[in-house]
Amino acid sequence: MLQGLVLLLVFQFVGEGLSSWFGLPIPGNVIGMALMLLALVRGWVKVEWLQDAAELLLSYMALFFVPAGVGVMLYFDLIGREWLPIVAGTLLSTFVVMAVTGWTEKLLDRAEGADD
Amino acid sequence: MTELLASPLFGISLTLLVYHLAEHLYRRTRFILFNPVAMSIFSIIVLLKVLDIPYADYNNGGRMILFLLGPSVVALALPLYQRRQEILKRKLPILLGILAGAISSIISAAGIAWLLGGSHEVVLSLVPKSVTTPIAIGIVEKIGGIVPLTAALVVLTGCLGAICGPEFCRVIGIRSSAATGLAVGTASHGIGTARLLGEDRFAGAIAGLAIGLNGLATALIVPLLWLLFELF
Repeated sequence: MLQGLVLLLVFQFVGEGLSSWFGLPIPGNVIGMALMLLALVRGWVKVEWLQDAAELLLSYMALFFVPAGVGVMLYFDLIGREWLPIVAGTLLSTFVVMAVTGWTEKLLDRAEGADD
Repeated sequence: MTELLASPLFGISLTLLVYHLAEHLYRRTRFILFNPVAMSIFSIIVLLKVLDIPYADYNNGGRMILFLLGPSVVALALPLYQRRQEILKRKLPILLGILAGAISSIISAAGIAWLLGGSHEVVLSLVPKSVTTPIAIGIVEKIGGIVPLTAALVVLTGCLGAICGPEFCRVIGIRSSAATGLAVGTASHGIGTARLLGEDRFAGAIAGLAIGLNGLATALIVPLLWLLFELF
């Protein structure tokens, strides 16, 4: 468990470092994810080293978003001022994106039957 | 008492307790509006408002929980690696799906807000709403929207995808794990992904991939679109 946590944090640290050093538009944790994927593919990191820590974090990932969400309370006034374009734009557009993305994948995916 | 409320212990205990109860409620009822993340956020906001506790006090503990999001995103590499063959088999549908999603997100969010009379800053703030928070903030800073508004809308978008993303996909005829994961991950980033991870690991892995790639695509497309708008 500890080994996995250390690996995840070190990869995140390197990702954050690269992101700020090169002024990349991609956040450090996403770069860390890409680096970790590379390390797994190359066999530099073994699945067993990572498994326990990764499974634990992933099963609670939803929880980790809660404090950020509570932060919305600071901006109620801002949203209230132009609530119709803000709320309608956000909600409708989310459905548009899901439909466009999902249908594009469905249309192009010949392997689809495989996991139905 | 006030000191105790400002200690990390308060924010951490409150978040864990409320989330635990919310998850229990969702498991018992399976009612989509009782989505644990949305329900927890809503309950904690109501509680803080009613008891008149400042967000800053709550956040002393909250930010420690939020910290764990970083290594969790790195951990998404594991399901991606484990399902790499199925993902590689679909690389073209996945990449084009995300690209189509990124473009439709920018145009529909800004377009709808503009049609409904949103001010210039508000319209711009909606542009990166489907992108994971750190990337969304970077984009909105560059195009001149309102940063805190974007941060709030990213959360709202995520909650919507978590509450009804998979259900919506089923209704419009999207049934495969790959297409559902891609749709929910592209539209509602990490919060939508977190729900999928609990139900369907493969869909969750694809959604995790979509968070990164949609963020990248949007960050690259927005400046190009702006250039086009300037030209015409």
